[in-house]
Amino acid sequence: MSISFQDVIATGPITVVSIVALVVLIVETIRDKTELLTCWISITGLVLAMIVAFTSIENTGTAYSGMVNTGGYANFFAVVFCIAGLLSTMLSKSYIQKENIEHGEYYFLLLLAVVGMMLMAAAADLIIFFLGLELMSVTFYVMAGFVRKRQASNEAALKYFLLGAFATGFLLYGIALLYGSTGTTNIESIISRADILPPNTTFLIGLGLLLIGLAFKVAAVPFHMWVPDVYEGSPTTVSGFMSTGGKAAAFSALLLIFAPKLVNLVGPIQEVLAVLSALSMIVGNVIAISQTSIKRMLAYSSIAHAGYLLTGVVAANASGTKGILFYLIAYTVMNIGAFGVLSTFESKDRQNLTFDDYAGLSSKKPVLAGLMALFMFSLSGIPPFAGFFGKYYVFVGAVEAGYTWLAIVGVLMSVVSVYYYLRLVVLMYFKEQAVISEPTVSSLGLTALVISGVAVVELGIFPSTVLNIIANFF
Amino acid sequence: MSQELLINLSIVILLLPLFGFALLIFFGKKLPRQGDWLETMMISSALVLALIVLFQKLTLYHDATLMLNFTWVDFHNVPGIGPLKIVLGISVDNLAAIMMVVVTLISAIVHWFSIGYMHGDVRYSRYFAFLGFFSFSMLLIVLANNLLLLYVGWELVGISSYLLIGHWYEKKSASDAAIKAFIVNRIGDIGFFIGIMILFATFHTFGLEEIFDGIQGGRLPFGSEAWLTAAGVLIFCGAVGKSAQFPLHVWLPDAMEGPTPVSALIHAATMVAAGIYLVARTFPIMTADALTIIAYIGAITAFIAATIAIAQNDIKRVLAYSTVSQLGYMIMAFGVGAYTAGFFHLVTHAMFKAGLFLGSGSVIYAMHNALHHQQDHHTDAQDIRNMGGLRTKMPVTFWTFTIYALAISGVPLTSGFLSKDEILAGTLAFGGLTGHTVIPIIGFLVAGLTAFYMFRLVILTFMGDHKDAQRLEHIHESPKIMTVPLIVLAVLCFFIFYSFNPFGATSGWIARAVERPDSVVPASVAAAPTETFEEVLHDSHGTAMVLSLLLAGVGIFIAFATYYWKRINADRIAGSLSPIHNFLINKWYFDDVYNGIVVGGTLAWTRLMRWFDDTIIDGIVNGSGSITKVTSSVSGKFDSIVIDGLVNLTAYLSGFGGLILRKSQTGKVQTYIVFVVMSVMVFYFVFRLV
Repeated sequence: MSISFQDVIATGPITVVSIVALVVLIVETIRDKTELLTCWISITGLVLAMIVAFTSIENTGTAYSGMVNTGGYANFFAVVFCIAGLLSTMLSKSYIQKENIEHGEYYFLLLLAVVGMMLMAAAADLIIFFLGLELMSVTFYVMAGFVRKRQASNEAALKYFLLGAFATGFLLYGIALLYGSTGTTNIESIISRADILPPNTTFLIGLGLLLIGLAFKVAAVPFHMWVPDVYEGSPTTVSGFMSTGGKAAAFSALLLIFAPKLVNLVGPIQEVLAVLSALSMIVGNVIAISQTSIKRMLAYSSIAHAGYLLTGVVAANASGTKGILFYLIAYTVMNIGAFGVLSTFESKDRQNLTFDDYAGLSSKKPVLAGLMALFMFSLSGIPPFAGFFGKYYVFVGAVEAGYTWLAIVGVLMSVVSVYYYLRLVVLMYFKEQAVISEPTVSSLGLTALVISGVAVVELGIFPSTVLNIIANFF
Repeated sequence: MSQELLINLSIVILLLPLFGFALLIFFGKKLPRQGDWLETMMISSALVLALIVLFQKLTLYHDATLMLNFTWVDFHNVPGIGPLKIVLGISVDNLAAIMMVVVTLISAIVHWFSIGYMHGDVRYSRYFAFLGFFSFSMLLIVLANNLLLLYVGWELVGISSYLLIGHWYEKKSASDAAIKAFIVNRIGDIGFFIGIMILFATFHTFGLEEIFDGIQGGRLPFGSEAWLTAAGVLIFCGAVGKSAQFPLHVWLPDAMEGPTPVSALIHAATMVAAGIYLVARTFPIMTADALTIIAYIGAITAFIAATIAIAQNDIKRVLAYSTVSQLGYMIMAFGVGAYTAGFFHLVTHAMFKAGLFLGSGSVIYAMHNALHHQQDHHTDAQDIRNMGGLRTKMPVTFWTFTIYALAISGVPLTSGFLSKDEILAGTLAFGGLTGHTVIPIIGFLVAGLTAFYMFRLVILTFMGDHKDAQRLEHIHESPKIMTVPLIVLAVLCFFIFYSFNPFGATSGWIARAVERPDSVVPASVAAAPTETFEEVLHDSHGTAMVLSLLLAGVGIFIAFATYYWKRINADRIAGSLSPIHNFLINKWYFDDVYNGIVVGGTLAWTRLMRWFDDTIIDGIVNGSGSITKVTSSVSGKFDSIVIDGLVNLTAYLSGFGGLILRKSQTGKVQTYIVFVVMSVMVFYFVFRLV
C-alpha cells in the first residue's frame, strides 16, 4: 500500500488536526510556560480543521487505498468532533488553571483524541476503525487521570482503562470472527456479504461481540457501569468532552457498521439493539432521578441519551439515521454547555457540584444560570431547543419501522427526565440561598458557553440548516 | 444585477435594522451618543439598498417575482396528515419592493427626526433600539411569501408597537394605551390565526402561492365555498385589528400617547398599513361576499372616523381619527376591487400622514418648550384651542403642514389627489356594477369631511391670533434635524413622483407596477373580473374627478368661512346641534359601550359563574359527598387490604430493585465485569443469536 499526497489532502481534517497535535507537542517540549500558546494553537488548528472539513464536504470518496472515507459523512462528523474539541479547549483553559494541572500535553491529548474520533467516523475498514477507537480511548484514559494528585481522578482512569481494555477484547474478537467468516475487514463488503450468504454462526457471534464492544463505548445498559464513576472522577471538562465527542464517535462507527441495511437483514440484531435501547433509557433516567451530584446526574443522563440514540439505530431507516446525526450535534453543544457551566462553578476543592449548591444562582449569576437553564431545557427535549428535533426524528423513525413500543418508552422516559433536569432550573430560579459562592468565569469560557447556547437555540428554531446537509449523505 | 443578488440584498435590508437593534439593546448605553447614529445609519443604508432593489426590479425584472425558499422543518410522516414539510421564504414582487422603500423611507426620516425630538430622553438608546426592531418586523411582513412568517412579523410589530406606545410608561395613560392597543389587536389576531389554520388544515402549507394554486385547482377549505369566504373574512379580521377598522378602531387614537415620531412611523404610515398590505397579499382568495364585507367595513370606518375628527381638539387625536378614516378608505378601495388605487393611496398616504404627524410633533415640541419657559404646567401643549398664529413663528412647519393638508384633501397637483380620485372612481364603478350605491356616497362625503377637518386644524393651529401673546414670543421654529425631514416629505407629496400626468395616475409607474392579481376563487363566487371592472372604471373617472374636486373645495371653503373669516359661528352650530356634537366629541360612545358590554359583561359573567359554582357545583359535590361516604366505607375495606397490599408490594419491589441497582454500582471493577459477563450470557440465551 502506497500513500500518496492526494490521500493526505483528501483526508484534510485528519491531517490538519494531526499536524497541529504534533506542533503542540513540540512547542510544549522546547519551551517553558507554553500553556497559553498551545491553547491558542489548538483553537486555531481546530477552527482550521472545521473549515477544511466543511468546505470539502462535497468531495466524497476514499483515500489510503480504500481504507478511509472522505467527504460527506466523515466530514460531517469531523465538524462535530472539532466543535466538541473546540468548546472543550475553550472551557478547559481556566479550569485546568484552577485545578493546577496546566500541562501542555493536555491540549496535545485532546487533539489526538479528536484525530481518533475522526478516524472512527471515516473508517471504511474495521482496522482503521479499531485504530481510531484505540487512539481515542487511550488518550481518554490519560485525560481521565489528569489530576495526578487526586485519588478519584486516578481511580477513574484506572477503572476506565481496565473496563475499556475488557471491552476492546470483545471488540477485537468480534472483528476476528467477522474476518474469519467473510474473509475481509472492509465494512462495505461485510455488510453486502450478509446479503448474499445465509448468516452463519461465526458471522453472528462476530457481530454480537462487536456490538458489545461498541455498546461499551456508547455507554448502553448493561455495559454502562463505568460511566458514572469515570465521569465523576475525571476533570469536569474532560467528562464533558468524553460524553459528547466520545459518544458521537462511537455512534458514528456504530452507524457505519450496523448500518440500516445490515440491521434490516439480520433480524435478531435489531431485537438486541431495541432491548439495549429500552434498557438504557429506563435505567439511565430512573437512576438519574436519585442523584445528588449534578456530575453524576449528567453521567446517568448520558446513558439515557445513548438509549434515545440507539432508537434511531433500531429504526434503521432514513428518519432514524438523520435523527441520530442531528441528535449528536445537538447533544454535543448542549451537553458540553452543561458540563461547561459545571466546570466554571466548580470550586478548587471539588465543591459546588451538587444540586443544592445551585440554589438561587440566578440572582447572583444571571447569565450563567440562564445558559444552564437553556441547556437543561434542551437536554429534556423541550421545543424550540435543539434537543427536541433530535428526539422527534429518532422516535418518528422508530414508529415508521414498526417499533412503536420503543418510541412510547422513549417518550415516557423523556417525561421522567424532565423531573431531574428541571429540578436544577427550579433550584436556580425559585430557591434562595444565603451564602452562594462566586464562580469565576473566564471570557474564553463564557464565549464557549454563549456559542453553545446560541447553537442550541439556532438548531432548535432552524433545524433545517443541519438537516439539509445531512440529507445528502444517504 | 442578478435575481439572486437582489433577493440577497433584500435579506440584508431585512436584517440591517435587526442588527442595529441587537447592538443597541446590549451596548446602547455604552456607545457614544447612546448609539442613535448607529441605528440611523442602519436604516438609512437599508433605504439606499431598498431604492436600488426597487429600481433594478422595475427596470430589469418588471413582471418577475423573486423568491427564496427554505425548508424550515421537515416533520416527515405525521400521523393523520402524511408527509409534512414547512417551507418558509421571502419573495420580492413589485408590491413588496415598493413597500420596502416606503417602510425604510418613512423609518429613516423618523429616525432622523427623532434625534432632535427625543433629545435628552431617559431611555434614548432603548427608543432607537425598538425603532430598529419595529423596522425589522415590518420588513418581515413585507417580504414574507407565506402566512406563517407573515404572522410572526405581524405579532412582532404588535409587540414593538406596544413597547413604543408605552415608552413613557411612568405615565398611566401611556401604559394603559399600550395595553389597550395590545389587547384590541389580539382580538383581531385570533381571527387571523383561525383563518390561517383553516387554510393550513386544507392545503398543509403556509405558502401563499401554493394556497392560491390549490384553490385554483378546485380544492376548497372543507370542500365548501362558504368556508373559503369565512377564511377570507377571518384573515381580514387581522387587518381590522392592525389597521384600526371599525369596530376595533378604538386603540389607535389612544396610541397617540406614544412619542409623536412613533405615531408618525407606526400609527400613521407603516404598521397600520400592514392590514392593508395583508388584504393586498391575500386578495386573490377573497370571494365576492368577502370583498363586499371588506368594502362596507372600510366605508363605515372612513365615515365614523371622519365625523369624529371634526369635533376633536387635540392635534394628534384629529390626525389619529384622520388616519383611521383614510385607512378605511384604503380598505374600501380593496373591497370594491380598486386594488391598485388602494395600494397607491397607501403609499401617498404614508408620505403625507407621516409628514402631518411629524409636523404636529414640531408644533408640540415648540409649544412644550414655550410652556416650559413660562413655567406653565397646566396648559395642554397639544390642544389646538391653545394655539393659533404659529404661522409667522414656524414658517417651515406651517408651509409643509399646509402642503400635507392639501394632499390629504385631494387638491390637484398633489399625490393625494391622484390616489383619492382613483379610489372614488373605483367606488363609483363598484356601485354601478353591484348596486351598492351607499359605498360611493360615503366615499364622496368623507372626501368633503376630510378637507373640512384638515383645514380646521391648519387654521386653528397656524392662522389667526395666538391665545397668549407672551407665549408666542417664546415659540421658535424647530431645529434643522426636524425641519429637513418635513421638507423631504412635503416634496414627496407632489404628483410628479408618481405620475407625469397631474390628473390621472393610470399611466404612472405605480399603476403599471402594481396590477390587480387575478382571483383564484371559483367563478360562481368571484367578484367582477378585472376587465369588466376596468371598463366601468374608465367611464367613472370624469365624474369622480369633478365631484371630488367640488367636495374638497366646499370642505375647505366652509373651514375658512367658519374658522378664519368667522362668517359661520361654530359654537352656535355646535350648541344648536348639541346632541350630535356630544355624540361626536365622545367618539360615538364606542369606548363607553365597550366598557359597558365587554368589561361589564366579563364581570357579570364571572358573577354568574360564581353563583353557579356556589349553588350547583357545591350542591352536586355535597350530594355526591354523602353517597361517597357510604361507598367509601365499603371500598375502604377493599383498599386497605387489596390495593394497599399491591402498592406496598410495588414500593417494596421498587425499593428492592433500587437497592439491587445501587448495590450493583459498587465502584469495584470486578463486580462490573462479572455483571457484564452475566448480561452477555442472558442476552445470548434470550435471543439465541445462533
